[in-house]
Amino acid sequence: MSAPPSSSPLVLLLVTLVTLISYPFFAAAASPSLPPPRGMKILVLLDDIAVKSSHSLYFSSLSSRGYDLDFKLSDDPSASLRHYSHYLYDGLVLFCPSTERFGGSIDQAAILDFVDSGHDLIIAADVNASDLIKEIATECGVDFDEDPSAMVVDHLSHAVSEYEGDHTLIVANNFIQADIILGNKKIEAPVLFQGIGHSINPANSLVFKVLSASPAAYSANPNAKLSSPPSLSGSTISLVSVMQARNNARVLISGSLSMFSNRFFRSSVQQYGATIRHQKAGNEQFLTEISKWIFHERGHLQAVNVRHNKAGEVDEPAMYRINDDLEYSVEIYEWSGTSWEPYVANDVQVQFYMMSPYVLKTLSADKKGVFSTNFKVPDVYGVFQFKVEYQKLGYTGLSLSKQIPVRPFRHNEYERFIPTAYPYYGAAFSMMAGFFLFTFVHLYNK
Amino acid sequence: MMTSGSPAAGGSLRHAFGGVLSFFILVLIGVLAFSIRLFSVIKYESVIHEFDPYFNYRVTQFLTKKGIYDFWNWFDDRTWYPLGRVIGGTVYPGLTLTAGTMWWLANSLNIPLSVETVCVFTAPIFSAFASWAAYLLTKEVKGPGAGLTAAALLAMVPSYISRSVAGSYDNEAVAIFALVNTFYLYVKTLNTGSLFYATLNAISYFYMVCSWGGYTFIINLIPMHVLLCIVTGRYSSRLYIAYAPLVVLGTLLAALVPVVGFNAVMTSEHFASFLVFIILHVVALVHYIKGILSPRMFKVAVTLVLSVGIVLCFAAVAILIAVVAASPTKGWSGRSLSLLDPTYASKYIPIIASVSEHQPPTWPSYFMDINVLAFLVPAGIIACFLPLSDASSFAVLYIVTSVYFSGVMVRLMLVLAPAACIMSGIALSEAFGALTGSIKFQLLASSDPQDNAGDATPVSVLPENGKAKIDKAEETTKERGPSKKNKKKEKDVVEKASVSHRPENRRAEKKLRALPIESSVMGILLLVLLGAFYVIHCVWAAAEAYSAPSIVLTSRTHDGLHVFDDFREAYAWLSHNTEVDDKVASCYRRQQYLEQHTYCNCWYAMSSPEKAAWEIFNSLDVKYVFVIFGGLVGYPSDDINKFLWMVRIGGGVFPHIKEPDYLRDGNYRIDSMATPTMLNSLMYKLSYYRFVETDGKGFDRVRRTEIGKKNFKLTHFEEVFTTHHWMVRIYKLKTPRNRIRGKAKKSKSKATTSSGSTISPKTKKNPWQ
Repeated sequence: MSAPPSSSPLVLLLVTLVTLISYPFFAAAASPSLPPPRGMKILVLLDDIAVKSSHSLYFSSLSSRGYDLDFKLSDDPSASLRHYSHYLYDGLVLFCPSTERFGGSIDQAAILDFVDSGHDLIIAADVNASDLIKEIATECGVDFDEDPSAMVVDHLSHAVSEYEGDHTLIVANNFIQADIILGNKKIEAPVLFQGIGHSINPANSLVFKVLSASPAAYSANPNAKLSSPPSLSGSTISLVSVMQARNNARVLISGSLSMFSNRFFRSSVQQYGATIRHQKAGNEQFLTEISKWIFHERGHLQAVNVRHNKAGEVDEPAMYRINDDLEYSVEIYEWSGTSWEPYVANDVQVQFYMMSPYVLKTLSADKKGVFSTNFKVPDVYGVFQFKVEYQKLGYTGLSLSKQIPVRPFRHNEYERFIPTAYPYYGAAFSMMAGFFLFTFVHLYNK
Repeated sequence: MMTSGSPAAGGSLRHAFGGVLSFFILVLIGVLAFSIRLFSVIKYESVIHEFDPYFNYRVTQFLTKKGIYDFWNWFDDRTWYPLGRVIGGTVYPGLTLTAGTMWWLANSLNIPLSVETVCVFTAPIFSAFASWAAYLLTKEVKGPGAGLTAAALLAMVPSYISRSVAGSYDNEAVAIFALVNTFYLYVKTLNTGSLFYATLNAISYFYMVCSWGGYTFIINLIPMHVLLCIVTGRYSSRLYIAYAPLVVLGTLLAALVPVVGFNAVMTSEHFASFLVFIILHVVALVHYIKGILSPRMFKVAVTLVLSVGIVLCFAAVAILIAVVAASPTKGWSGRSLSLLDPTYASKYIPIIASVSEHQPPTWPSYFMDINVLAFLVPAGIIACFLPLSDASSFAVLYIVTSVYFSGVMVRLMLVLAPAACIMSGIALSEAFGALTGSIKFQLLASSDPQDNAGDATPVSVLPENGKAKIDKAEETTKERGPSKKNKKKEKDVVEKASVSHRPENRRAEKKLRALPIESSVMGILLLVLLGAFYVIHCVWAAAEAYSAPSIVLTSRTHDGLHVFDDFREAYAWLSHNTEVDDKVASCYRRQQYLEQHTYCNCWYAMSSPEKAAWEIFNSLDVKYVFVIFGGLVGYPSDDINKFLWMVRIGGGVFPHIKEPDYLRDGNYRIDSMATPTMLNSLMYKLSYYRFVETDGKGFDRVRRTEIGKKNFKLTHFEEVFTTHHWMVRIYKLKTPRNRIRGKAKKSKSKATTSSGSTISPKTKKNPWQ
């Protein structure tokens, strides 16, 4: 599930050693010496070797960030994702929309296993995309238009181009509102897109549209007369979608291969009817930023050092007593692409949970990555859990739970003398004294 | 204890001889009681049986490791997940403390016994004690002869054996001893009027409260007897001594037991004792005043007190009724109410009724459990009325109430067993006494009527010997009877054979005993035969019926003995394949086997359809589900057969679960006529998943029918383990899908998509943590 190199024991040992040695020197640094979330080896499958050069800008942006790209033709008989249980790559780019069948040991199931074991995937489909590619996308929760020759057509927001009347080269600027996915810098120029559209099931919480079409768009064969209403239309059409699986594997699905091309990266863009002409399309910024997200350079959270203790103590107890005051803290770091930085947020909550949350408190962050709170254990005994369920758009999910029993009072932890019971104490003792006196009088009063 | 077996009016060598003989007989009875319970160890192995005993064993282990204070305060987070269980406050500690003390004692004497060994043998040891206590009690009621017979009967009564074989480490193991012992001390106090015995009685009652919830039987039976004595004009200072200290000390001591606590003064089960306590004092006061006033003055005082008292009484009763009516169960706990109204539990508290021990017994079970005693009991009751003493009236009350209670709840057969033994002991002893006496009388009459020095030992010892020595004793009677006679001494002995402190009309007795000698011999022979059948039945029951540890099952077929060790197979799998904190859901009282696992009882989840059940289990953090299934080998007490109870219990909590949905025309069935709700319930699915693969038809050998739905798949559960005989099946909850599929093309996947999307993504662990 984790990246292959880091899972080997030797590397783990090395990391541990480095951690141990470097700890005294860098103790003050906020970022912990955790391994990065992802490795750098990426397999790129192409169905035409020319794509390597026609899309070189995109690939060079990846390799300039340190990725080790391995280009293979999709029907290469030596292609393989795994060697026994060991995955050879950390990411996979499928720039082979027309491939009907992969070479080597790769097939649809192998790719899905690759994702299910926590690796990332970029899929670019295109007009006349093969059933194989569409089926992989479907498995990831994205439904391409079933008409094989359909394209996204937009008669309003298409790019001004030399071929008047070609409304399939559309400009899109309907981005997802999430800085964590698309970066802090606003994408000024619209993105050029030419390809097929897809839809996603709104009930599917794992997939979301990153770039959707304008309300005027529809999906149909541009060369044929539109006989029936298009199956996909309006802003339900998604041009680019991402899926974050429950194991945090990320998948990018695009309906266009050409939007990754050098031609689209370099081309200037002017929307039909608009006055401004952008010197450069937004494709490069958009796709570079989103590839950073896909390959976990952004939005990857890591929680470490879950601690809880009684107020005023340091050690973690094996069990709490009802009505104890306790402190809970967890350190959360975010991967910035180069190092782990303290995560800053004010919406992380902890539950003290036994069938339902008895305590729900927002953790306060100290800007150094430590999220902490303190609360009183409820007056209920049982087996509780500290639960942190943090699911935020664009971030990997955090799901921490730590079981802790809560016991009732011990027999000698109750109050010994209760003020309201003093009349009863008095009654008991006066009774004893009276009985003693009575015996004395009865025996000797003759 | 033994020496007290000798007749009080000792002195002569003969009485000393009788004492020594009864001592050895008692030792032998103890050995018998112990050894008849060892069949389970010899036939199987020295293991603890059943499920509750395992829990008790675990508690005892904890006690021996951590000490009594930690035991008292033990909060066990592994049972009753997720609520946990406060062990110290919810168990009766008597058994555990007893075994713990025995273990500690053995170890401090450098006898290195394991805790398990001590636990396995606790019940046989205490059954020997119980026999001796029965001897003492019966001796107080009807003399040592009846005592010895009763002890011998109790040592091997099947009803008691069923709950006290070696390895059956449950509360009842020590509680029956405590029960009989408390009754003995009560009767002893009643007979002697000694405050010493009264104190012992309170302590013995405390031990009983520590041991078993059945102590409420004592605290209701004794007041009933006291009331009976008062009503029948038998009030005496001895009665006061026997009762008042018991109530005061006993209630104080009972309140010290954490599981009882304030219940000792707050629940209605105990109110009778307080009411009788008050009545007793009023009666005592009346007696005192009667003593110091003249009869005329007394009459005036009575009318005065009565008129004022009635008014006060009405007020008190009104308050009491108001208080009781205010509480929801009218102050009685459900289990007690089901004793008063046998239909109560099945109507209102299915969880109590679901336990098979709480069902009314069938008639054959009486014959199985107490055998010939059932026929001897009426004779014993009659003997108790000839003459009626305080002690014998107590015995009668005991048998009458316990017969009623055993008729309500099969589990209380156990309370009936000692009473039946005591009654039968009295009956047998009296019968032997009468028969041997008449033989002697006839021989005496036939030989010359001159006064001879008679050795009357046979008469006095005969009943004590019990049936085992009857033949020999009969010979001695024939031999020695005519040789030496001493009328006076014989009369003494006869008197002793009956209740010692209650002289009778000797003439009448003699006439009563004047049976023809042939019929007397015949009667003795028949009684011996009856006793022999009883012994044979008891040994058979001990060896065959009640010794199987329910964790290992055996069956005999034409091709030999089959041993089903599936439970331990399954537990071994669990212990090797699951994590320490994994939760295993089982549906029926089987949570106590493995220490490192957390169990929970999810009654209602099992009756839901698969998906709803998955959500329930998931919210409880359950990872595995554990199902007992007997359909392949014909093991009847599996989960399907108990399923209806789960439905009832679940229906009590979640009204949408309705019992009629699971029944077709009022019949509980799993074949093709079963209701869809039944066929879709998780219990059905988990039990019969892949069952059709075994024989191609899916024939269930318990229900003797083909199952209704044969080929189906599980979507939210996966089978991880099934034992060799399919008796235990373990399923794992599937984690939610990593991806959610789109809906294109495969129209079939639509359903899974929509269902999948409602599954919360919580449970999937972040792989980088």
